[in-house]
Amino acid sequence: MSEPLISARGLTKRYGDFTAVDAIDFDVAKGESFGLLGPNGAGKSTTMRIIAATSQRTSGTITILGRDPEEHGPQIRAHLGVVPQQDNLDTELTVTENLFIYGRYFGLSKKFIRTKIEELLEFAQLEEKRDVKVDALSGGMKRRLTIARALVSEPDILMLDEPTTGLDPQARHILWDRLFRLKELGVTLVITTHFMDEAEQLCDRLVVMDKGKIMAEGSPLELIKAYSTKEVLEVRFGSDRNKEIAPTLRAMCSRIEELPDRILMYVEDGEALLEEILNKKLHPTTSLVRRSSLEDVFLRLTGRTLIE
Amino acid sequence: MSNAVAIADARANRTGHQIYAGRSRAIIERSLIALRSSTWVPIATGFVEPVLYLLAFGYGMGELIGNVTLGDKTIDYTVFIAPGLLATSAMNGAIYDSTWNVFFKLNESKLYQGMLATPLGPLDVALGEIIWALFRGLSYAIAFLAIAAPLGLVPSFSAVLAIPAAVFIAFGFASFGMAITSYFKTYQQMGMINIVVLPLFLFSGSLYPISVYPDWLEFLIQLMPSWHGIELVRNVWFGDLDSGTLLHISYFVVMIICGLYLTTRRLRDLFMR
Repeated sequence: MSEPLISARGLTKRYGDFTAVDAIDFDVAKGESFGLLGPNGAGKSTTMRIIAATSQRTSGTITILGRDPEEHGPQIRAHLGVVPQQDNLDTELTVTENLFIYGRYFGLSKKFIRTKIEELLEFAQLEEKRDVKVDALSGGMKRRLTIARALVSEPDILMLDEPTTGLDPQARHILWDRLFRLKELGVTLVITTHFMDEAEQLCDRLVVMDKGKIMAEGSPLELIKAYSTKEVLEVRFGSDRNKEIAPTLRAMCSRIEELPDRILMYVEDGEALLEEILNKKLHPTTSLVRRSSLEDVFLRLTGRTLIE
Repeated sequence: MSNAVAIADARANRTGHQIYAGRSRAIIERSLIALRSSTWVPIATGFVEPVLYLLAFGYGMGELIGNVTLGDKTIDYTVFIAPGLLATSAMNGAIYDSTWNVFFKLNESKLYQGMLATPLGPLDVALGEIIWALFRGLSYAIAFLAIAAPLGLVPSFSAVLAIPAAVFIAFGFASFGMAITSYFKTYQQMGMINIVVLPLFLFSGSLYPISVYPDWLEFLIQLMPSWHGIELVRNVWFGDLDSGTLLHISYFVVMIICGLYLTTRRLRDLFMR
């Protein structure tokens, strides 16, 4: 592997007594799409802000393109495109004006930005909204504009904090498609998310974070292989009977998880297990066989679900 | 390597490159673009206000009052209040821009957060926003002078200096106003600004000489920036430049420096810690 674009060792951030990020290590390679997966409050956004040189670490080391953000903040920020969790578009300006002025914050020439704007409007599919004020845009459009804005300086790394939180399914898919295109163009992406499907769709490699610590690291597939089985059988017996039947089920496979509304059974062959259960005349009210996901990995690692 | 990186690298060895990228003009450019589509009502009212005061107090009350003694001069009451009103409108304009407008950008639109995610530093943002607030002071001062001169309220040619003086005191108020606003979190707290500002201007010598007060109150008023602002403009208005003028100027130099320092530090603490 060539020199990593981002490299953190023992990275720690404390706010008073509270440790938001607790001695984490990670590397991000050029062209990679790197994800930070975890529930709210896991320390993902804090980590993002330290990378983006808008927050200072308490201890540990971090380099971005070989530089320390504490000494080279403005230079590092010149390399980055930042898409924050909450849109912070300029609501007093139109779509085009937002792109224009953001380029000016980087010190780019008006001529350069004007050409760039056309390219970005096309990319964000906002050509017809070019002279519209930001407030009149839908949530998905605002998000796409925020991403387009982050690209105005042609960044080496695009930082996306919860890019699709709060969007409807269709808007999410449009956004994923756009991000996938960027990935193909070789832009390095750093993404935080608490959606496992998003992490699976977009990330080449990810770290699972919880309470400021990294619990596991790998590609989505590697993580599933290491921390879960191939398939999961979900059964429901109604909230009263779940508890009663759980011990029987536990004996039938290597691992089960009891959730408030359902029981998850981890096996290689879900259909076969389901047949076995039916043969025992246990009669679940509903059953579902599915492939293991990062949600199962997270459950295994922390004993909790991602979205609580 | 992209242009943005080359531009940032070029400044990397300068002192203070972490807080200042030398690009406050980008912030002013933003305000200019926003102005094109904003409503002119608050700007117009800011200008009309001192003119209304001039009519009501100068030509209304002034009829009853007649003349005022200022040092060894006796002057018409309307002429006496004109510079006070000019100073007041410049200060009000600067305060409006640096408090309510800044509060919205800090807390509602998260505008500064977006700006500071770029290579811009907190001093770029602070300077850009404060300088923008001066334009309001500048335009009010010019407009007021343009009305006052044909009415015969301008006794001395040095009154032209009231324009730079107004901008200068607006600078002091804007930089301090922005610093204070950065500590406020709710609209209720913001409301306190109005409560402080109105008496500050009513009682700081814009409408009558503060010599009418008992000594202790006169002394207290002389500590206020509003008094220094009004006196500074009055000094140049009547061509009475003396050591007092110098004191007023020094007062605002200190105010500007402290305000800029505080604002920059606050922006860094809020968005870059």
